[in-house]
Amino acid sequence: MNRTRIIDRTGGIFLVIVLAAAVLVPASNLLLSPTNPLHVPDYMIPLLGKYLSYALLAVAVDLVWGYCGVLSLGHGAFFALGGYAMGMYLMRQIGPRGVYGNPVLPDFMVFLNYKELPWFWLGFDWFPFAALMVLLVPGLLAFVFGWFAFRSRVTGVYLSIITQAMTFALMLAFFRNDMGFGGNNGLTDFKDILGFSIQAPQTRLVLFVASALALALGYLICRALVTSKYGKVLVAVRDAESRTRFLGYRVENYKLLAWTLSAMLAGVAGALYVPQVGIINPSEFAPAQSIEMVIWVAVGGRGTLVGAALGALIVNAGKTWFTGVLPDAWLFALGALFVVVTLFLPKGVLGLGAQISGRLRRRPPVPVESTP
Amino acid sequence: MRGGRLAALASGLGPLLLLALLLAAPGAARAQGTPEAPVTPAVPVTSGAPPAVTADTGFAAILGKFSTDRYADTAAALAELATSPSPQAAAVVDALADGRLLYDGASKAVFIRTPAGAIRDAATGAPVASPPVDLSPVRANNRVRRAIEAAMGALSLLDADADRRREAAAAVFKSRDPAVLPTLDAALAREGVPQVKAALAEARAAILLNSPAAPEAERLSAVKLLVDRGDQEALGLLRTVPADAPAAVKSAAQVGIVSIERDLKFWAVAQNVWYGLSLGSVLLLAAIGLAITFGVMGVINMAHGEMVMLGAYTTFVVQDVIRSSAPHLFDWSLAIALPAAFLFTGLVGVVLERTVIRFLYGRPLETLLATWGVSLMLQQAVRSIFGPTNQEVGAPSWMSGAFQVGQMSITYNRLWIIVFSLLVFVALLLVLKRTSLGLYVRAVTQNRRMAAAMGIRTGRIDALTFGLGSGIAGIAGVALSQIDNVSPNLGQGYIIDSFMVVVFGGVGNLWGTLVGAFTLGVANKLLEPFAGAVLGKIALLVFIILFIQKRPRGLFALKGRAVES
Repeated sequence: MNRTRIIDRTGGIFLVIVLAAAVLVPASNLLLSPTNPLHVPDYMIPLLGKYLSYALLAVAVDLVWGYCGVLSLGHGAFFALGGYAMGMYLMRQIGPRGVYGNPVLPDFMVFLNYKELPWFWLGFDWFPFAALMVLLVPGLLAFVFGWFAFRSRVTGVYLSIITQAMTFALMLAFFRNDMGFGGNNGLTDFKDILGFSIQAPQTRLVLFVASALALALGYLICRALVTSKYGKVLVAVRDAESRTRFLGYRVENYKLLAWTLSAMLAGVAGALYVPQVGIINPSEFAPAQSIEMVIWVAVGGRGTLVGAALGALIVNAGKTWFTGVLPDAWLFALGALFVVVTLFLPKGVLGLGAQISGRLRRRPPVPVESTP
Repeated sequence: MRGGRLAALASGLGPLLLLALLLAAPGAARAQGTPEAPVTPAVPVTSGAPPAVTADTGFAAILGKFSTDRYADTAAALAELATSPSPQAAAVVDALADGRLLYDGASKAVFIRTPAGAIRDAATGAPVASPPVDLSPVRANNRVRRAIEAAMGALSLLDADADRRREAAAAVFKSRDPAVLPTLDAALAREGVPQVKAALAEARAAILLNSPAAPEAERLSAVKLLVDRGDQEALGLLRTVPADAPAAVKSAAQVGIVSIERDLKFWAVAQNVWYGLSLGSVLLLAAIGLAITFGVMGVINMAHGEMVMLGAYTTFVVQDVIRSSAPHLFDWSLAIALPAAFLFTGLVGVVLERTVIRFLYGRPLETLLATWGVSLMLQQAVRSIFGPTNQEVGAPSWMSGAFQVGQMSITYNRLWIIVFSLLVFVALLLVLKRTSLGLYVRAVTQNRRMAAAMGIRTGRIDALTFGLGSGIAGIAGVALSQIDNVSPNLGQGYIIDSFMVVVFGGVGNLWGTLVGAFTLGVANKLLEPFAGAVLGKIALLVFIILFIQKRPRGLFALKGRAVES
């Protein structure tokens, strides 16, 4: 059997670009003078970092949708949970510098008359613990959810709808003040991360580089997974679940692993997103956010990983541009994007070249997998 | 709450005061030139001489108490005013309530400033041309305000208007001022309207219950009357029976408390079930169109909520046109909006099916994304045309108001919406089971190629079915515009709930949607007292997630080969 290489040509180009960005963007920001046209201004750094964390999230969504056939409309929940775990660490770092000056309790708890820290906030002042929780909390939720859902063979649209119900329920829960997560204001007003000021340009550069590295690493992990023998079974599950089951594979276990890993990657993306944006609140749980993530993947090209990251960058850059120039037109553009991509670009932007050349030659394109 | 009631009473008394003044005016004119007996000697007598109020020194004495500017005196004076036969009493109480009762610190004379600003003598109601300079208003604190309310209540017990008398009886029932008892007895004796008489009797019972002076038999019958009334207020009253009351009264009150508590518990559950049915009907309306597009056709229409929203906006536009060109038709506005909304949203649905969804059959996840995109565009389109704020949709007269069943109140709009949702359900069931369109729809959804072979134009049936589902969503929007905010986000609030109902009830089964909607509605409202609104909703979502694990195809699952494809 011919093994697919982990780093193919597209993936190689992608990794080179991401790593080059991790080096060149900070270099341009620090070394070039502000008048130079190639200079990357300070305000762009967290923006680009935000895009990169979205790209990682899109890669996570593509792992389950593109390779496992599970359309999750609830990945925003995993993303937000990772973000909340990081946000709790950042809240504890504020210490006595809050408005009320309480050394232990965050401002909103003082405001809501908390007498002591709730038990689930304990330990979040220690970064390694918070980092562990960034992985563990979304991972655990996904594991439990997937355990039940995959075992009882909930598939297709039904699964999508209950993932949506999951994130909707979490959103309602986090909007409550007595949940202990700051209610609808969420967590904000962060000061330090690991002892460095979160506003400082240098810290932001480091966060940007960390996002780029996390994206590259996340891509490599997913790519290694889908090119392995396990990945082949995963694709088989996507294309013919019952047949794979009849061949003797424990389909639910294959799905569960991909699902849980994807949730953890989404959690990491959320944890990188929060310090760069400076706030996390329950609106990240909104079902609409989760659906938007799916369109990133669809725009870039489902089942390619690179395409997912690309789609996240394209759509979010478009969103930034539109909301700045034509705020009213953004929803029209996004809505039209959903329709156009599903109707005319089933393989996304990445598959556009093959689609056009296939049209021109009036011949069905050769499936990539069957090439020797 | 109290303030609102007070204001309502005061504004109700306003015209009365005016009437009293008008009646007094000719009298004042007649009295011109007659030797006058000043009520208080220090009042400067001027050209507009006040009419003589003979022999009413009692009333003057009461008024005198207002001028001491002590709350205790003011309250005492009010209590006496309540039983005073003087026609000026109501005007004085009214003025005090509005802060328009003035007194002169030096002469101890009391005046009323009319809302227009003129100064009148409090005892006679006659205008005073040059009042003393340093008039200060009689102040009120909470105790005085309570006394004002009680006095107003007592004074309006004898009002000519039956509604006013009943309100007054209710006020006395609340204040339980023993001083009103004589007035109450007088009112009770001449009362002719049965409802008002009952209200007066209850007010009397409320006073007698706790008055040690009343004979035991009277107090026992008072307890019985209150137990018959059986609401929260009666319960509160019965709990106040003092320890030194006769044993028979105490035990009767105890028995009464227990029976009222049992009744109230029952009515509380009944009220919650009613709210649940009401929520269920809303869910049914929102989900029933989806039961066609998703349940029968298998199309995941995420723009379904926007069809509901378009229906609500159609109602708004119809009402707008009616308001500007034919106001007399306003009570018919909903009846006009129904077909308009059905046609409009049905048309939008047909266009959507022909241009987008038709290319995506058999690819449910892509359909989901494309229709979500359509929903974003529809929302933004409505926002661009009508603006992002809530639009005002009026209710026809037959939809407003409420009536009482036992201890629960039922509003007409909720009642009509329940009836309407059931009508829509039956109509849809008939269309699917009894018409040729329904037959074609079922044939196409069960076996498309066979249906095509039999000569059914499947493409047209698809478009019509989708149009039907969308049109019904539009009709739902007309009904929901009566109880929800009509804004571009209206549909988003319903889309998740609708899917939950359809999935819970079982896809492809209208009866499942009916049962699912009412089950979820009632369960939600019965959970609310224990868990709160948000936690109740979360609990329900978690329940549905778990339920789908157990029965992945819902409560009433379709069986057979058609399901597997």
